[in-house]
Amino acid sequence: MSGHTVPADFSEHMLDLDEDEDLEVFTKNTSLPDGSPMPNSPSSMVNQYRLEDDDEGQEAVNTKDIFVTVDHPESQVTAIETFVLYRVVTRTTRSDFDSSEYEVRRRYQDFVWLRSKLEEKHPTLIVHPLPEKFVMKGMVERFNDDFIETRRRALHRFLNKISEHPILSYSQHFQVFLTAQDLAPHRKQGPGFLSRVGETVRAVANSVRGLKSRPEEFAVMQEYVDDFSNKMCCMDKVTQRIVKEQRVSPVSVLSLISCVEYVDELKQYSPTYARWGELEEELTEPLKGMASCVVQCSKEAEEHIQHLSEVLVPALHEYVLCAETLKAVMRRRDNIQAEFEAKNEALLTRKVEQEALQEEVDVLADRMEQANNSLKGDWLRWQRSMKTDLRSAFISAAEKNVEYYEKCLAVWESFLVSQRADSSGGQEDVA
Amino acid sequence: MADDGREESLGTDDDSDQTGADGSLNNTMVEEGSTLMRRMEICVAEAEKRSGKNAVSMQETYTVYLIETRPMDAVAEGRNPAPDCLWRRYSEFELLRNYLIVTYPYIVVPPLPEKRAEFVWHKLSADNMDPDFVERRRVGLENFLLRVASHPVLSNDKILYYFLTEEHGWKEAVYETGFQAKADSRLRALSATFRVRNPDKCFMEMKHYSDELQSHTSQLLRARARVADRLYGVYKVHGNYGRVFSEWSAIEKEMGDGLQSAGHHMDAYAASIDDILEEEEHYADQLKEYLFYAEALRAVCRKHELTQFELEMASQDLISKKQQREELATGIVRTFSLKGMTNKLFGQEAPEQREARLKLLEDLIAEGEETVKEKTIERAEHVEKAWVDIQRFKEQKDKDLREALINYAVMQISMCKKGIQVWSNAKECFLKM
Repeated sequence: MSGHTVPADFSEHMLDLDEDEDLEVFTKNTSLPDGSPMPNSPSSMVNQYRLEDDDEGQEAVNTKDIFVTVDHPESQVTAIETFVLYRVVTRTTRSDFDSSEYEVRRRYQDFVWLRSKLEEKHPTLIVHPLPEKFVMKGMVERFNDDFIETRRRALHRFLNKISEHPILSYSQHFQVFLTAQDLAPHRKQGPGFLSRVGETVRAVANSVRGLKSRPEEFAVMQEYVDDFSNKMCCMDKVTQRIVKEQRVSPVSVLSLISCVEYVDELKQYSPTYARWGELEEELTEPLKGMASCVVQCSKEAEEHIQHLSEVLVPALHEYVLCAETLKAVMRRRDNIQAEFEAKNEALLTRKVEQEALQEEVDVLADRMEQANNSLKGDWLRWQRSMKTDLRSAFISAAEKNVEYYEKCLAVWESFLVSQRADSSGGQEDVA
Repeated sequence: MADDGREESLGTDDDSDQTGADGSLNNTMVEEGSTLMRRMEICVAEAEKRSGKNAVSMQETYTVYLIETRPMDAVAEGRNPAPDCLWRRYSEFELLRNYLIVTYPYIVVPPLPEKRAEFVWHKLSADNMDPDFVERRRVGLENFLLRVASHPVLSNDKILYYFLTEEHGWKEAVYETGFQAKADSRLRALSATFRVRNPDKCFMEMKHYSDELQSHTSQLLRARARVADRLYGVYKVHGNYGRVFSEWSAIEKEMGDGLQSAGHHMDAYAASIDDILEEEEHYADQLKEYLFYAEALRAVCRKHELTQFELEMASQDLISKKQQREELATGIVRTFSLKGMTNKLFGQEAPEQREARLKLLEDLIAEGEETVKEKTIERAEHVEKAWVDIQRFKEQKDKDLREALINYAVMQISMCKKGIQVWSNAKECFLKM
């Protein structure tokens, strides 16, 4: 048997990394992924965009005034580390951009910085997740040789999701990310680490105090988020064990694994026909025909596997990560409400410092209202976007399945025709 | 598989009950497809569980199979008489076959379906009492009977006829043929190693072929079982999708309906593999038949080796006896013998003794010559008859296996069509989402 079965315990296959480091990867292939030249004209940009995210509606294309692509991953080796730099190209007609075209190089850490800034500024907006830091080496290598390519695609989607967001795409940090040749000076500014600590402390404090009550619509939302997260990640105990904390969508991975194991066996199966064919005389031709059919079908299955690992698995994976994002957003909204409630209670119970407290309470009240409205608005947007993305991924998977079966059908039908042509007096029923 | 329709040539000429040397009924008007013989429609209609005490008085459960027979001409004339029937268990089929292979060592005797389930993949039961296994065995036993009853030589056998028609007393009749003794000696001979000087080249090639055929078919069957196992996994995993979609649809408003119906299609897809693989087991059974046929072919080749060996031994023996006679007559010792040595040491024997010994030798030589004649005929007959049957077997094998491969392709096509159907439906559901 091949050595490609996926072990149940993956811990030894995980690459262990520090929080802030990029994933260390070994890649020889650093050229443009699909081998095609970068488009230059706006219309071909539109086509490029369509190819990558063809689930977006016509509406988005017509009003889009900013186009971002991520490509050209290149390994960088320094004395202390190795990492990958991605080229980020922006084309825009927006007036708040000085130029209409930008080209910068960014590493994974830079994307992480951008995302954390966006979340900081807009705690209750749903910021699309980034591809994960950790990689299950065994699985990725088996299904999709080019980890870099997978990550590049995910980073590309990330930036596109941001650029399509009505609020986030106008973020200062986003603009800096897209335009600054050197991001380092910008990254040093801002609260950064300390603010993260502060948020955690507040969150803990608030959870201790407890939330008075969640407004109805957010209670409904929370329930949905919990259920959604469950559906995306849920599985029986067996697969829980298999995927552990990997947060990959177990369903799609299982189907991928089972396909791979099937193809492995097919590869052992076809030679048994070929070898037997060599022994026989009259039967040589049909037996060799059989061997050839099995080989062809296994090739089709491999193509199917490739497609699954490039389209469905990443799409579901992204929404598993989204589920986590949603939970975080809900938590942050809860915290904002809790902070307001705490201060408000203080205002009601304390008799001193009424004026100062009132001011603080007003600020927190505004903040809470803004947070709630942001989330409400973004929620609908997110749901629509999720539906479009997953629908498109499922349709694509279904189409690929149909294609796979159609190709296999053709293989067997042509075998049948050749056999019946040989034997005298063809048999009747084609099932 | 055996010819479609259930026409077999079988049986007895009404007024002749002569039995030939090998137990077959003599019918001077026997011809291929000749209609002087009564034809019989045969089938193994049912299987039933029985309980009873076995030979060592222990309670056991076993399966019996119902054999139904009807005269072919009655059927042809449109009459529909009730079939004659009797029950037989697997061990009785085995007994019949053992009788046949001993009685007709120049025939590639059709094999029985496997005694125990082999090449099992994980969902397939290895239990002999499993209903699917019993059903496949029923089909296999029927196939066996049809093959035997349509064989130009075997179909004339009286014991076969009684097997089909006499429920009681059949076993005794088999043992009365004295085949058991032959069976024992055959077993000894076939498992012995002996060096044959001049085996027929064609038979040796055929023996080699039978070994290869066994090897290749068993490899193929093993690989197929593993593929079936994995394919089962692929389909069943989609049951997970079915479950996730249906649960997920409960929490979605717009997507709910689409997800729910897609989920149903996924469940249907997952369930469809059971029938698909059940059908494929029949294909596996067709291959298994030829796996076992290979053994039968090998046995015929070994029998040739045996007859050749016996002839060589007999010839060798005759030669050495003639040499002894010569030595005794001329007094010239060419070969070493203890008698010769003792004669030299202790003096020669008296002339009367010498005469006696010479006479004995002459008798032995005469016997030996008869033996050599017999063995020569035996060998030649076996070669001739076996070669005829081997050719028949080859043709049958090529035809049957080609058909089996075609059937497999048909099954694959059906499976693909179902897959296209299900996934097109699923796609429609997703489009409606």
